[in-house]
Amino acid sequence: MMNQTTLIYDGSFNGFLTCVFQAFDEKLKLVAIQKNKQVQNELFSESTTVFTNIEQAKRVWTGIRNKSFNAISTIYFAYLSENEGVEMMLYTYIKKLMAKRGTQVDFSDETILYIHQLAKKVGREKHRVEAFVRFQLTKDQIYFANIEPDFDVLPLISKHFKNRYADQQWLIYDAKRNYGIFYNLDGVEIVSLDIKELHYNRTQQSNVFTSGEYAYQELWNNYFKSTNIKSRINRKLHTQHVPKRYWKYLSEKKEAV
Amino acid sequence: MNFERIKEKLNILADAAKYDVSCASSGSSRTNTNKGLGNSTGMGICHSYTEDGRCVSLLKILLTNHCIFDCAYCVSRRTNDIKRAAFKVQEVVDLTINFYRRNYIEGLFLSSGIFKDPDHTMERLIRVAKKLREEENFNGYIHLKSIPGCSDELMYEAGLYADRLSINIEIPTVSGLKLLAPEKDHKDFIQPMNKVKNEIIRYNNERKIIKNTPKYAPAGQSTQMIVGATGESDKDVMYSATYYYKKYSMKRVYYSGYVPVLEDNRLPAIGSQVPMLRENRLYQTDWLLRFYGFAVNEILNDDYPNLDMDIDPKLSWALRNMHLFPVDINNADKRLLARIPGLGMKSVHKIIHARKFRKLNWEHLKKIGVALNRAKYFMVCDSREWERKDREPSKIKGLILQNSASKFRNQISNQLSLFN
Repeated sequence: MMNQTTLIYDGSFNGFLTCVFQAFDEKLKLVAIQKNKQVQNELFSESTTVFTNIEQAKRVWTGIRNKSFNAISTIYFAYLSENEGVEMMLYTYIKKLMAKRGTQVDFSDETILYIHQLAKKVGREKHRVEAFVRFQLTKDQIYFANIEPDFDVLPLISKHFKNRYADQQWLIYDAKRNYGIFYNLDGVEIVSLDIKELHYNRTQQSNVFTSGEYAYQELWNNYFKSTNIKSRINRKLHTQHVPKRYWKYLSEKKEAV
Repeated sequence: MNFERIKEKLNILADAAKYDVSCASSGSSRTNTNKGLGNSTGMGICHSYTEDGRCVSLLKILLTNHCIFDCAYCVSRRTNDIKRAAFKVQEVVDLTINFYRRNYIEGLFLSSGIFKDPDHTMERLIRVAKKLREEENFNGYIHLKSIPGCSDELMYEAGLYADRLSINIEIPTVSGLKLLAPEKDHKDFIQPMNKVKNEIIRYNNERKIIKNTPKYAPAGQSTQMIVGATGESDKDVMYSATYYYKKYSMKRVYYSGYVPVLEDNRLPAIGSQVPMLRENRLYQTDWLLRFYGFAVNEILNDDYPNLDMDIDPKLSWALRNMHLFPVDINNADKRLLARIPGLGMKSVHKIIHARKFRKLNWEHLKKIGVALNRAKYFMVCDSREWERKDREPSKIKGLILQNSASKFRNQISNQLSLFN
């Protein structure tokens, strides 16, 4: 009987794809794929550390893409959910994808439905973050925003912001995962900062931002208030669309927080 | 910039614009050229939601609320004693750009009261859009209101800068319009609509020959109707909506439950309930017509001039057409699947994919996300258990209502008469 194996990788998406490559290549009987930060030893399996190999990762990537263009984004989105055990689910998903013929997706299969629903969740979060980022203009002319998304969506939103705000410097910082993306008018780079204070809503004004910044925030808050129709009030629907966990950084919810 | 004055104007003019429901920022595509500001992709983004649960995606304001007309349903009517204000062109441009840069909005929705005459007003609206596009290199979304009665030349120019143009017919029936807005003529609404429609067709034809034909109102036209102001039936509303969808290729028709803002004996009194449930049912019908392949006379006709308030229009249609059911989920074609109550187009899509692999049973359908409490009476699947009893439609309706918790239940029970 073949030994059961646990693969350990560096936590990057390419690392994960390398694991998939090796599992296919060596026909391993996998029980788990784990990030090296959160290794848990399995009792009856061997663990092997996998070193990220861009070549191999690329082969998996193109292999999946040739099979289905939609699947590639589904896999990437689901991967970014950072759910525990998602790697193993994805591995099963990829195996099923490679085995089948045609373009139909079997939504009656549990793994496939799960991965699709997970990707959907991440997609929803991406869309919400694109909507709820609130830039504040700093004195050195950088539009700055803090976010704390449920999933690691920064790699997904970078293109949207780059295309849209091409003529201003901006920085979106994920306070939960401690890294950010910075656009310097040429391209987007990943930065990690030593941010001492988070810029969430409060009445006290920070001297980091321009004075005009607070004027515009007040105008926006006023606009938000006057566009509300009192006789149609529906708070439940409101919080359903703007869940409370985002309020911290939304200037129009300053009074509510 | 005089901040306090701007703030006051913004409050007045945003307040007056809020009864326009349309806040869509979708359906257009502009790429950001030459490192300018903004773009609009096919899907819109709602950057926030008001406390009444409506999407805030555009900076929706009036240029001015001075108006020469006296329409009974409108807050800004001439004889209403309210604060009046007007923005300068540059002020609107500054607000839009600065809100946009902070990711508050997708773009601008600019409407206006009619001052002096229609052409004068329209020309001013166009000036704002032109300035944004040409001086600020702004590629975000711009929605302009077409002013009833303005000239064809101006409508042509407006489409060159705006993504969407809209003109609100407000009152679904011509007789209602005569009653509430006697100064306005029905054809004043139709003429700009027609012009824009023809230009869109012309530009699309030219684009087939010359690829870089400039954009003309890429997100199309929309319109809005007030419901519950003149005692019109749901049939009146939906038939006239269908007319506008077909005749003027509208992208959207919006239905706005009348919010009583003024004391007028021609209208519901102040404090009467906004017909939100009815509005909801109208939107459901609208979706059935646009995406589910229903024809309007199947849902509303002389025998059924109004929609049921306690159940959704698809279910109500199905109960009237029990001879078409049950549908076999594993064989039926897409059109028929879409007609099963409790199945949305997304579920239909998933079912069609999934049934290629195996016969689906209740368990599968539940996981896919079908609302089985409604759907189970209208379908069979790969299972020995299905609703075998040949029930009366009224009995099925009772069972469904019993086992569901509608968020509108309070309203429905108020509307039911005591002895029914």
